[in-house]
Amino acid sequence: MNQNRFFRNIALGIENLLLHKLRSVLTMLGVVFGVGSVVAMLSVGEGASQEAMDQIRKLGSTNIILTSVKPVDEDDRTAPRSFMSMSMYGLTYDDYERLRVSYPAVRQIAPVKLLRKESRLGSRSMELRVVGTSDAWFDLVQRELVAGRRLRASDEDQFNPVAVLTEFGARRLLATQSTIGQRVRIGGQAFEIVGIIKSESGQAGEMQVPDRDVDVYIPLRIARDYFGDTTTRIQAGSMSRERVELHQIIAQIDEMGNVEPTAAAIEQMLQRFHRRKSYEISVPLSLLRQAEATQRTFNIVLGSIAGISLLVGGIGIMNIMLASVTERTREIGIRRAIGAKRGQIITQFLIETIVLSTIGGLVGIALGVLTPMLITYFSGMPTVLTPLSIVLPMVISFVVGIVFGLYPAANAARVDPIIALRHE
Amino acid sequence: MTGPNGDIVRLDAARKIYRMGNQQVNALDGVTVAFTRGSFWAIMGASGSGKSTMMNIIGCLDRLSDGHYRLEGQDVGTLDDDQLSERRLRHIGFIFQSFNLIPQLTVQRNIELPLYYLGWQPEPSAARATELARRVGLEDRLHHRPTELSGGQMQRVAIARALANDPHLLLADEPTGNLDSATGEQIMKLLDALHREGKTIIMVTHEPHIAVHARSRLYMKDGRIDRIDES
Repeated sequence: MNQNRFFRNIALGIENLLLHKLRSVLTMLGVVFGVGSVVAMLSVGEGASQEAMDQIRKLGSTNIILTSVKPVDEDDRTAPRSFMSMSMYGLTYDDYERLRVSYPAVRQIAPVKLLRKESRLGSRSMELRVVGTSDAWFDLVQRELVAGRRLRASDEDQFNPVAVLTEFGARRLLATQSTIGQRVRIGGQAFEIVGIIKSESGQAGEMQVPDRDVDVYIPLRIARDYFGDTTTRIQAGSMSRERVELHQIIAQIDEMGNVEPTAAAIEQMLQRFHRRKSYEISVPLSLLRQAEATQRTFNIVLGSIAGISLLVGGIGIMNIMLASVTERTREIGIRRAIGAKRGQIITQFLIETIVLSTIGGLVGIALGVLTPMLITYFSGMPTVLTPLSIVLPMVISFVVGIVFGLYPAANAARVDPIIALRHE
Repeated sequence: MTGPNGDIVRLDAARKIYRMGNQQVNALDGVTVAFTRGSFWAIMGASGSGKSTMMNIIGCLDRLSDGHYRLEGQDVGTLDDDQLSERRLRHIGFIFQSFNLIPQLTVQRNIELPLYYLGWQPEPSAARATELARRVGLEDRLHHRPTELSGGQMQRVAIARALANDPHLLLADEPTGNLDSATGEQIMKLLDALHREGKTIIMVTHEPHIAVHARSRLYMKDGRIDRIDES
């Protein structure tokens, strides 16, 4: 069949379908909604998964995050609730040293000491959430600098009382870029503000990003020296004291493949040195794996639903085409008597079905692209259109046309012209 | 492409047997006949006499159970379905009692139908359709649909369509059966004219006043030739 003839056949098919506009449109609807739902579901699913992956990536996919946790089995009943009661738990400076020195797979490691200190900038004073850490933090948790500089290794060595505000902390203190170089008082001590850095406030599943709720960073050595490891809290007339050396340790592993084995090794080491389990190990990579597995399940479910709706759409087309063949028996007979071959009758009906399903597919894609846009517009839920989520339904609708068109077309070709011409 | 003795259609001991349940019907019971090129035949007979079966056989719509059918010298019995289609497409023009136009298509498209299957390009095809419409006096109706035409006009469209592939053989099955006598006469005049131009026409009819237009008459009875009147 030459190209010219091919296009004439298609034109003829469209002409025939236009003779029954309403019926053609109704027939198409099944495929329209089938393909539309495939496209829409793919892009909603893709959007949801990309958001989850993004969040997890913010934690760093090669990071292992250790967090101090107050043990739940802390026995308050036997310990006398004395004035000076003190609980000691959590990660220690020794843990940090051991991690830093004895694991070759650990590329970078940052200690985190959390403090809440009454602070003052100019005439504004409030309680700030302070993180004592090393310069390695800024390599692990990569955030953009807004102004000034980050903490340096030299700050630690030279005992520089410097502070880097997070964007969030700067807002709370009403600090601006011009504030850099000024002094802020933290817990009664003077610090020089040397930089402002961006921060994230997101959450990835159960895990918080490490710099959520941080106002200011100071060198760890200074935090230890100025404020010590003991926090005193006065609650309902009694005073409780806690001694925690480090609240968090973030370790970056050299490559993905080493993350999980190293996490297991670290866990063994901690078990040896801690009498009680007063820490938690979280591995963003494992979360990522979980999220991917969830996404796969989600995709299979969505795919099945979409597949069923396309199947229903295809059966709808087949049903109408079968009716159309019966209704047009006489026409088929006339064409056959005039000299049309069986193959030409098959081609005619197959092209009509393919045109129906392909146009239905195109409309469905338009619908499927529009729907996620509306979802994003009204609910703020992210949606992502990938080339695959458009090409795949297009191909599927074409295949639906062929598969569900073949049987009616074969029926049409079987029509006996002698009987068909007598058909009223 | 003419067979021996200039026969365009030649049946030899032609048999067509239908089975209806456990009953066997001999629709054609050993018919031997030859129609020469340029002749005009009327096939007559009561219903069930086998004249429709004979038309289907001659029109390559059906195959013999036994015997031979030569169309333009070639044995049709050995051809497959596609080859039969090809014979209909290239050698035969059909004119039916109930016109058998495709109602969704315009007059032009109906006339063009054989040309479409012959693979003609749109422009020459349209030109040919216009020429044929003029030939049957319907050039102003090219873009009408068959339902907007009278019976006589529809039959003239059907004749134009039958002529589109320029066949030697025209098969007319009760061409005036659905028309009033005045219109029927006009159609017969058209067939007369086509015969004078050299077309071979085989026409089935049961109306004697239509049959007189033919040069020869063949009477069928119980699947056999009863008698032949040649004028």
